[in-house]
Amino acid sequence: MREMIVHELTQATQELVREFARFLPRLMVMLIVVLVGWVIAYLVKAVLRSFLRLIKFDKLSEGAGATQLLNKAALPSSTELVSRFAFWTAWLGFILVGVSALGILGMQEYVTRFFVFLPRLLVSLIFLFIGLLAASFFSRAALLWAVNTDMPSPRLLSSAARVLITVFTASAVFEELGLADSTMLFAFAIVLGAVMLGLAIAFGLGGQELAKRFLEARFSPEKKEGKEREDELSPL
Amino acid sequence: MAEESILTDEFLRQLIDVGEADVLVGVPTYNNAATVGQVVQTIRAGLLKYFPRERAVIVNADGGSRDETSNLVRGASINDLQHSTDLNALRTLHSISAEYAGGPATGTALRTILASAELLRVSACAVVSPESTTIEPEWIERLLRPVYQGNADFVTPLYRRHKFDGLLMSNLVYPMTRAFYGKRVREPYASEFSFSGPLAGHFLTQEIWVNEVGHTGTEIALTISAITGGFRMVQSFLGVKPRLDARSADLIDAMRQTVGALFWSLEPNFSLWSSKGDSQPVPTLGGEQEVTLEPLRVNRKRLLAMFRSGVAELEPVLKSILSAPTLAELQRIAALSEEEDFCYGDELWARTIYEFAASYHKAVISRDHIVQALAPLYRGRAFTFLVENRDASGEQVEQNIENFCLTCERLKPSLLELWNGKK
Repeated sequence: MREMIVHELTQATQELVREFARFLPRLMVMLIVVLVGWVIAYLVKAVLRSFLRLIKFDKLSEGAGATQLLNKAALPSSTELVSRFAFWTAWLGFILVGVSALGILGMQEYVTRFFVFLPRLLVSLIFLFIGLLAASFFSRAALLWAVNTDMPSPRLLSSAARVLITVFTASAVFEELGLADSTMLFAFAIVLGAVMLGLAIAFGLGGQELAKRFLEARFSPEKKEGKEREDELSPL
Repeated sequence: MAEESILTDEFLRQLIDVGEADVLVGVPTYNNAATVGQVVQTIRAGLLKYFPRERAVIVNADGGSRDETSNLVRGASINDLQHSTDLNALRTLHSISAEYAGGPATGTALRTILASAELLRVSACAVVSPESTTIEPEWIERLLRPVYQGNADFVTPLYRRHKFDGLLMSNLVYPMTRAFYGKRVREPYASEFSFSGPLAGHFLTQEIWVNEVGHTGTEIALTISAITGGFRMVQSFLGVKPRLDARSADLIDAMRQTVGALFWSLEPNFSLWSSKGDSQPVPTLGGEQEVTLEPLRVNRKRLLAMFRSGVAELEPVLKSILSAPTLAELQRIAALSEEEDFCYGDELWARTIYEFAASYHKAVISRDHIVQALAPLYRGRAFTFLVENRDASGEQVEQNIENFCLTCERLKPSLLELWNGKK
């Protein structure tokens, strides 16, 4: 009996040692992959940061209105944020590759899913940046147009342009990420419908004068021209 | 060989038929049927009267008019003119009209005329606006003669204008061009001007054609190119400037064509304008700029109201363009309740323009938006100019413009500080 116990214990210990001996190289591989990954991710971060500084990415980001958002959230500059994001994405990728080398059951599937998801994440981030840039540009264009044509409520018009483009961008980003597709679709439809209804009511009730002026300018240019000639001198 | 790419086959065919010419008058058109016939007839009369021995050609570069413009140019026949007057040409007076490629754009039309001038090896070339209904045959002589006789390479016009006509020109374009480039060219954005054959060749090699100013605002870009190229300049008094055409009445378009092109020019010419000191006069022929004083109905209140709403509504935009003290000063004067107290003075206006120019250089936001954002502020300045010169004589108005020009020249170092500074 005693011999049997000792034998079983010895066998179990030997099995454990064998398993550990089999596992140790994998662990070493994982640690090496993680370490090399860290170095590569760090290099990616440094190169990307230099490149973004070279193309004055912070200025672009400021133009897109992203810098103001980041400041409000007490986050670092856009260049720093993108560089850090690249670092963590790259390193996380290496960590997952390293972990998969351990041969843990089921881990391989998660690693594959991560790498399939990565391009979509990048595309959605590009969507987000371009969307913010477009929202900022067109809202400012609307503001300047409204001010220079003496339209009432220029900021309202500008904000409406910004909200519409931002909502559209958000829906495109969520769709690309594949997050809650149907929820986002409904939310987008509801928000857009609400905005359109609100605008219709606002224009219907409060925009009679605006509509009148628009129609006058569109269909009765002589009247408009005559008025401008009285008001405005030839600048050149 | 810039002309090879810009001239269409039809244009080339007609130019080859002409051969060589001594003088050329270019008329860029696009839907100008209402006025172009009269203008071309007057140009013909001017050429026959003052250049009867020279080989002359009128070149109409059309942007694809959908009205009768091209037919009217062709139909303004030399025979009709000869039968009705005692004018006779000793040489053939050619008149060609063709559509340039790429759709209507003043810059493309001017480039086509320049390429034609170079191809025909002309000694002198004038450009005349198809909307200049006040044109007289003498304008052709006054534009072409100084160049043809070899006394000048570039002739800009002087006009008789109402004291409140062309406020953007007198309150921004002229003073700033003068301060930047050191030449007192009164009409740097001219609808009528002339140049020599060699200068046409010089213009064609400039980088403006691959930029936005090669499409819009080309007139001022050419003036600046002539100044920076060190060409001999002359101002020639023409006569009454026709008032209010639909194109120039649009303030934003006018600002893009003039202010946008002027700000753009600062970048490639930095070494030149940054080293220029005080301005130098440009020789004038036939008298100085004249001012008329007839009463005019101007809605000053609307100008002030648009300035006030502009300063209030555009605050986030202006914050990114102007320095804090300048913006604060603008907000202070915008908040003044009494019209009588309002004054957008010379110094503040000059400072505003310089800060806009520096922001344009740094592209703090879209450059087109920067130019647009200046429009409401210009309206405030226009209001002050109208009030200050309400009862002023022609001489007083000219003196006030001169004072503002001197202020711009005095404050020019502040632009240099802003140019390379962080803000």
